[in-house]
Amino acid sequence: MPNSKIPAGPLEQKWTDYKGHCKLVNPANKRKLEIIIVGTGLAGASAAASLGELGYKVKAFCFQDSPRRAHSIAAQGGINAAKNYQNDGDSVFRLFYDTIKGGDYRSREANVHRLAEVSASIIDQCVAQGVPFAREYGGLLNNRSFGGTQVKRTFYAAGQTGQQLLIGAYQALERQVALGNVSMYTRHEMLDVVVVDGKARGIICRNLVTGELERYFGHAVLLCSGGYGNVFYLSTNAMGSNVTAAWKAHKRGAYFANPCFTQIHPTCIPVTGDHQSKLTLMSESLRNDGRIWVPKKQNDTRKANDIPEEERDYYLERRYPAFGNLVPRDVASRAAKERCDAGYGVGTTKQAVYLDFKYNLINKYGRVEAGKLGIENPDIETLVRLGKEVVKEEYGNLFDMYEKITGENPYEVPMRIYPAVHYTMGGLWVDYELMTSVPGLYCLGEANFSDHGANRLGASALMQGLADGYFVIPYTMGNYLADEIATKPIPTNHEAFEAAEKGVHARINTLMNIKGAQSVESFHKRLGKIMWEKCGMARNEKGLQEAIKEIQALKIEFWKDVKIPGSIHEMNPELDKANRVADFIELGELMCLDALQRNESCGGHFREESQTEDGEALRHDDQFMYVSAWEHAGESNWNLQKEVLEYELIKPSQRNYK
Amino acid sequence: MEHYSMNLTLKVWKQKNAKAKGSFETFEVNDISSEMSFLEMFDVLNEKLIHEGKDAIAFDHDCREGICGTCSMYINGRPHGPWHGTTTCQLHMRAFKDGDTIVVEPWRAKAFPVIKDLIVDRTSFDKIIQAGGYISVNTGSAVDGNAMPVEKDNADKAFAAAACIGCGACVAACKNSSALLFVAAKVAHLALVPQGAPERKTRVMNMINVMDKEGFGSCTFTTACEAVCPKEISVTNISRLNQEYFLAGLTGDK
Repeated sequence: MPNSKIPAGPLEQKWTDYKGHCKLVNPANKRKLEIIIVGTGLAGASAAASLGELGYKVKAFCFQDSPRRAHSIAAQGGINAAKNYQNDGDSVFRLFYDTIKGGDYRSREANVHRLAEVSASIIDQCVAQGVPFAREYGGLLNNRSFGGTQVKRTFYAAGQTGQQLLIGAYQALERQVALGNVSMYTRHEMLDVVVVDGKARGIICRNLVTGELERYFGHAVLLCSGGYGNVFYLSTNAMGSNVTAAWKAHKRGAYFANPCFTQIHPTCIPVTGDHQSKLTLMSESLRNDGRIWVPKKQNDTRKANDIPEEERDYYLERRYPAFGNLVPRDVASRAAKERCDAGYGVGTTKQAVYLDFKYNLINKYGRVEAGKLGIENPDIETLVRLGKEVVKEEYGNLFDMYEKITGENPYEVPMRIYPAVHYTMGGLWVDYELMTSVPGLYCLGEANFSDHGANRLGASALMQGLADGYFVIPYTMGNYLADEIATKPIPTNHEAFEAAEKGVHARINTLMNIKGAQSVESFHKRLGKIMWEKCGMARNEKGLQEAIKEIQALKIEFWKDVKIPGSIHEMNPELDKANRVADFIELGELMCLDALQRNESCGGHFREESQTEDGEALRHDDQFMYVSAWEHAGESNWNLQKEVLEYELIKPSQRNYK
Repeated sequence: MEHYSMNLTLKVWKQKNAKAKGSFETFEVNDISSEMSFLEMFDVLNEKLIHEGKDAIAFDHDCREGICGTCSMYINGRPHGPWHGTTTCQLHMRAFKDGDTIVVEPWRAKAFPVIKDLIVDRTSFDKIIQAGGYISVNTGSAVDGNAMPVEKDNADKAFAAAACIGCGACVAACKNSSALLFVAAKVAHLALVPQGAPERKTRVMNMINVMDKEGFGSCTFTTACEAVCPKEISVTNISRLNQEYFLAGLTGDK
């Protein structure tokens, strides 16, 4: 069983005790120690800035043209923190509890408690950096409420919270670049980890502008490279988001944990056709005011506004009267799929349901506004007009985005939405110190598995990325590097660097020399289709076994018939993509394997064999209360290590939203 | 909305690398759906080119939801194309009709050299930020988030300025290739929050100096930048920058 190195003592004291007793590196020695950071999203940028401030020599890498482009920038809703500014009973314990429960009891208590403890400091840090959070008229910070909680603890900046937090971290990072503490390498992609005497000591990168391979040494290596949702081809991730850095680490000995735990977000703009390249999220906050429905009649071809009230099925309100439209993401997604599979879907593809604002626009907002203006017995038109103004203020930018993409006006006709891949809870296995199973190799943010169990709550991803980078790694890094102060920088002509670069070079050569007939994109689409159909919202034994065989066959075909234009020693986005898709194919197989062994339903992982009589997810704590940590053992071969989860403070219970 | 399909002629800037001489090449694309995004139309074209054994067209893009600032095409003489307040990735093919000819170029500016085809190097923007586009606060030394109230109106204005995505459309639209709207958005954002006050004089001076050094032109206030900004950043931020600049010049110690 992997050693999670959870400190002894009561849960509430662990982090304080750890900080009080971990080893330190003095300022003079810090200047001699080099740290490599791969990825510059919230986790990577905040880590690079914080470690640079401490005096370490940091080298930061990103594949984008600037660290400010990382996909953290697209997060809409907000960031949670246990500040209790609203005096509504929030506390570190409640944030901790909500996160564990939201994760369906498949995350590590000690890590989640630490996350809740440091959450308040994140807000302070961001405010000090000038992040323009939403404020009240009195000048104090405002909060909104999110799914899976009963308090208002979410801080936000309109629908662009991720952007504002990332710009804050990016600016802190650029400040360290100016001071000479951080060297920034943009348009660089990590293609291998270099391990010397069992410890991570460097990376091999491809310079994406020149195509040359480059070697970099570090006393430690941090991967902050984000999630792997693009294994499904279509997801809300950015086009460049990939698993390559994490996957290379995995093949060098880092365990991959809970790969099958993926989050399918219920409210995204549906697919329109084969040309579709990505999917766009419509924030969870819309479910506060939108009612989800499908026609009561199968294959109903009438327009939404022509379907009378009594012929609409508000299926979430029907199935979950207690939570209604605000059930957690996993439950809402499965319910939409169930209706569409049964033939009640809408739109040209029939793979969509309606998210309708009309009711609340008239009854919730319109009536209040009419009341304020003293209009007695307002007609429907007046109510619509008044309600529209309020909705515009709340969600205007999302409504505009919807209209740009679909050409339909969501104030007039209901939005069409469908679930889409959004986030991956699984990732590289890390211990309490965020170190992977390779000494000196760390993993932060979405790329690791640690804090969200089988389902992440809204507004918690930003919190985790920044917690890891600003407030966890500066301590745990020192605890490791204190023993490395005598280690001289290893020259990059060391045989381990030579061998690693040779391996990368050989693989790129092989790829370029296949000269087959099918584009990288076409393979990626086919992989995505297999994953979505057989390892998506619902999974079963037969489908997963088929998927594994299909992916293995796809892999063989890819390496025989892929066609990559251009050459090696130049900028070649198709080659970059081929490198990534080759890794996604291997990951896809592992995800199916993981989903196959976990014969229970929990959070985002729904095994059809494990459900209650009314079709709800059914956990099996007696058999599956563990983290599955996969050790790579050769081609299509993995050993399963189990980290048993022990709950000290919280008693797991079956979730119920009826 | 009725969907339709169209055949188009594209004139696209092709340039092998920074040193090579570029030129326009003409491509035909057929059966483009009005539901596609502009970049999905480029995906279709690239798939076709790869299939024909030709090089794909290199273009920058990432989030495809209008927020990362990576995409940067100059379409029919306008950065990000014909729709107001819209990035290239959010432009959809409904904006065009069957038989149209569309001309696509990279950003043109001395400070944004072409790397390949439609991709330019915008690291000069990062250098401007390095010169002072931040508040110097180390991790861990912050006071409580509510210790210093910020007037709501100022917080809202700071947010509106901070919504800049750093795409560079303002530079591409400007006849002088000035980056002043980009610089002004950052200066205004940090001048409007009290946390930014201690560094406000040095910040504006240093950022302007680096902007000049990187080869961006001067601002003659034609406001073309505001007209094409996908995030509708207002030129009133330039007025604020001027105010900051004069204040720093009049009262600065240096």
